Amino acid sequence: MKLLVCISKTPDTTARIAFTDNDTRFDESGIQFIINPYDEWYALVRALELKEQSGGELHILTVGGADTEPIIRKALALGGDEAIRINAESTDGFFIASQIAPVIREGGYDLVLTGKETIDYNGSALGGMIAALSDLPYISLATSLDVSEGTATLRRETEGGEEVCTVSLPAVVSCMKGMAEQRIPNMRGIMAARSKPLKVLEPVAADTLTTVVCYEQPAPKGAVKMIDPGNEEELVRLLHEEAKVI
Amino acid sequence: MSVLLFADTTPEGKIKKNVLEAVCYGVAAAALMKTEAVAVAAGNASADALSALGRYGVKKVWQAEGEAFERFDGDVYTKALLAAAAKEDAELLVLPHNFHGRALAPLAAARLRAGLVSGAVALPLLEDGFVVKKGVFSGKAFAFVRIDSPKKVITVSPNAFPVKEAGEDTAAVMPLEVPVKAEDIRVRVTSAEQLSGAVPLTDASVIVSGGRGLKGPENWPLLEELAAALGAGLACSRPVAEAGWRPHHEHVGQTGLTVRPDLYMAVGISGAIQHLAGVNGSKCIVAINKDPDAPFFKAADYGIAGDAFEVLPRLTEAVKKYKS
Repeated sequence: MKLLVCISKTPDTTARIAFTDNDTRFDESGIQFIINPYDEWYALVRALELKEQSGGELHILTVGGADTEPIIRKALALGGDEAIRINAESTDGFFIASQIAPVIREGGYDLVLTGKETIDYNGSALGGMIAALSDLPYISLATSLDVSEGTATLRRETEGGEEVCTVSLPAVVSCMKGMAEQRIPNMRGIMAARSKPLKVLEPVAADTLTTVVCYEQPAPKGAVKMIDPGNEEELVRLLHEEAKVI
Repeated sequence: MSVLLFADTTPEGKIKKNVLEAVCYGVAAAALMKTEAVAVAAGNASADALSALGRYGVKKVWQAEGEAFERFDGDVYTKALLAAAAKEDAELLVLPHNFHGRALAPLAAARLRAGLVSGAVALPLLEDGFVVKKGVFSGKAFAFVRIDSPKKVITVSPNAFPVKEAGEDTAAVMPLEVPVKAEDIRVRVTSAEQLSGAVPLTDASVIVSGGRGLKGPENWPLLEELAAALGAGLACSRPVAEAGWRPHHEHVGQTGLTVRPDLYMAVGISGAIQHLAGVNGSKCIVAINKDPDAPFFKAADYGIAGDAFEVLPRLTEAVKKYKS
């Protein structure tokens, strides 16, 4: 089985979010970058498990500059066999998907996995867009994935419930919690990752359909109103009369 | 030209609040754009349920009916959206940012070559292009995103836009012919279940959430009683789900579910930045924690620094008293 996992570089989950240049750019100073957790914990680790069960090849793909190479090496250290970096600024979802679709077409992948969204842009667009551009079936927000004889069986969340579904491969799946558990790369993996192949491709011509004009910090929260223990009735009154939420 | 709204319906043919919010968003956007709002529905909702969308300002609803639409299918539902978009020459497609909207929006956007903004929190600004405000960095900031393509797709964040009835009008429900071939259905649903009893977190306007401060799963009845009194959904922090005290689908936070209820009540949760990222879209936050220095108090509107085991039963009583 040939697997492709699309990963994205995001600020660490504890990063302080600040902007520069008149709130038009994310302030990267002092920021630790990681593999987007949905891509790593769920998509990549499940792909590794599937490869361990039934063999095959696992490729890592990202769209970004040379600054994404540390996260690519980490994905290889976790067990990816080789990686592709498309050398373009990662901005608009449609542009990124347009870069990935030809790789899927030419690579002959059975399964393309990605996280349900990134924790920075929160677009939840990539999986669906690459499926549409590659004309592959798309299963979004999957919480489990098993493969047997060319058919994938998945669980996916629906409004207030869940569904079990099957699809003939190839297919594109966006992954969320439940799919797998986080792994830590070991020393042997880290050493091996250094010599694994990393192919750099130049971007294909594609439209950028959206542009971030500027960012805004949320309005500062007013001070918390503390209520003494024992005075719970007062809290209920405030929630009803002041906050008007019950 | 028009604005096309996806009127997502439940398997029982009902239209949920987050869908109505997106409908009202679309109607208001159409007014700004000086055009009409038209809806499209797929599935077998009754004509009455769909024509009632007229109350919110929708003039016409296209309905794709038949066996192929009985169940949600990304490819087939996208066909319905595209068919209606073509009929109405839609410039903007608006969907709720729920499970179905999140699946359909990128499929439709890629096929329409339309720029997509997911999780919009405010109406588009039209002074300088077409600019939409959305949450980014998991709720820690907002971005203003300009869509440069002639066709546009937006998903609307839940609880970000009010539902407003415009009058007593009814919408005209029209059958939408969408040719579906057997090979178009590529994903086979083999079983489907609705989580019974509990209020789904994505629908809940009040959420009661527990953390490690509750000491163990055996103490959850205290929280469940409060949730029952409030008609609230039940959630938990990541360590609680990881420890197996509660099921994973209740985990709220940066790597779990993002929720935006009217009221989020956090009991025995310290308030790590990853947890706050999943809940800071809530209108009102109450923190209950033994530790007066818990970071959650900085993010909360109201707080009680006290022992959850004493506060919870008294709070449940106070809520019951107020409700009666």
